[in-house]
Amino acid sequence: MNKAGERLFNGLIKENPTFVLMLGMCPTLAVTTSAVNGLGMGLTTTVVLTLSNGIISLLRKVIPDKVRIPAFIVVIATFVTLVELLLEGFLPSLYDALGIYIPLIVVNCIILGRAESYASKNPIIPSLFDGLGMGLGFSVALTMIGALREILGAGEVFGYEVMPASYVPASIFVLAPGAFFVLAGLTAIQNYLKIEGEKKGKDMSKIQSGCGTDCKTCKEQCKEREEK
Amino acid sequence: MELQNLVLIIISSSLVSNVVLSQFLGLCPFLGVSKKIETAAGMGGAVIFVITLASAVTGAIYNFILLPFQITYLQTIVFILVIAALVQFVEMFLKKFMVGLYQALGVYLPLITTNCAVLGVALNNVKYGYDIFTGVINGFATSLGFAVAIIILAGIREKIEENDIPLPFQGMPIVLITAGLMAIAFCGFSGLL
Repeated sequence: MNKAGERLFNGLIKENPTFVLMLGMCPTLAVTTSAVNGLGMGLTTTVVLTLSNGIISLLRKVIPDKVRIPAFIVVIATFVTLVELLLEGFLPSLYDALGIYIPLIVVNCIILGRAESYASKNPIIPSLFDGLGMGLGFSVALTMIGALREILGAGEVFGYEVMPASYVPASIFVLAPGAFFVLAGLTAIQNYLKIEGEKKGKDMSKIQSGCGTDCKTCKEQCKEREEK
Repeated sequence: MELQNLVLIIISSSLVSNVVLSQFLGLCPFLGVSKKIETAAGMGGAVIFVITLASAVTGAIYNFILLPFQITYLQTIVFILVIAALVQFVEMFLKKFMVGLYQALGVYLPLITTNCAVLGVALNNVKYGYDIFTGVINGFATSLGFAVAIIILAGIREKIEENDIPLPFQGMPIVLITAGLMAIAFCGFSGLL
């Protein structure tokens, strides 16, 4: 089971989808107005990612290469629909908070990216753990960004007050512009670490500097990295 | 649908709840293809074309197939497949019959297939219960908002190219800050409604 542990570590730290690979930025910015929403979105994505990775891995020898992308999308969309209906039934408050971003998990680059670059080439157990690791990495990142925005914008974390009463919340951080500023800060830190690392002669090529043009280029980048 | 309501939808979809700056849909092309005004305008044009068309097609499918058969829970699966197929088809059609338009928009079309804005508009049209015509108007207005935002961002990026920016902030961070400032400016439009 060493391989499974390695996959979890890879998703959580080494290739964290948000902080290292910079994938799936739309939901990252849109739903992280609070830590709870970030966590909810992260876990929802984790469920979809793990299950779709498992099924795609099982079907990897059946799906013809030419139609693999549409086939992957159908599998992913099926799980997204299932999760959406479950959330609507059992967690209506989260369902309302996340709204249109739940069905939009379908177009989250992380899921299609993992299907393409990992699950379609590996057996089921490592693929399941790859999905789980990536999903948890995404959840941790989203919760952290959500908590940061909640502290700055409302002085709370998970609804509990943490800042002293004299702190005046900068509510811009829970509004749309704040998302851009927080992400700008994060990418700047990432860039700084990359520059410092390169100065010391470490290989920093894994760290992606910001969003590529789209999922297509991201997939190609993933492929190039796999080939290396 | 009264004219007044349509005007309201156009203003609110294109400016007030701007698709990128307040809904965060279509961020990847917004950040990725906004280095030059020309390419930004090309991308904006392609997005307007695809989203307007996709709104019409998904609206028709929803109203004439999904609703009568009571299978609306399949909307996510159906919409994403239809959109992917539609973009491919549009690309082939333009390549064959409208070479001029293909040369202007062609390179951007494949980039839009997995753009969340296209699916987002289709889902929003259903969520707000728009009929097909209103949905098309909403799609057009939303994508117009995208085009406006990406062209403004490209204009600013051309200017800040020359500026002296701290090293860690070069590249994506400064673009994100620019986008954030634009989002603040667009917040001002909420007074229009």
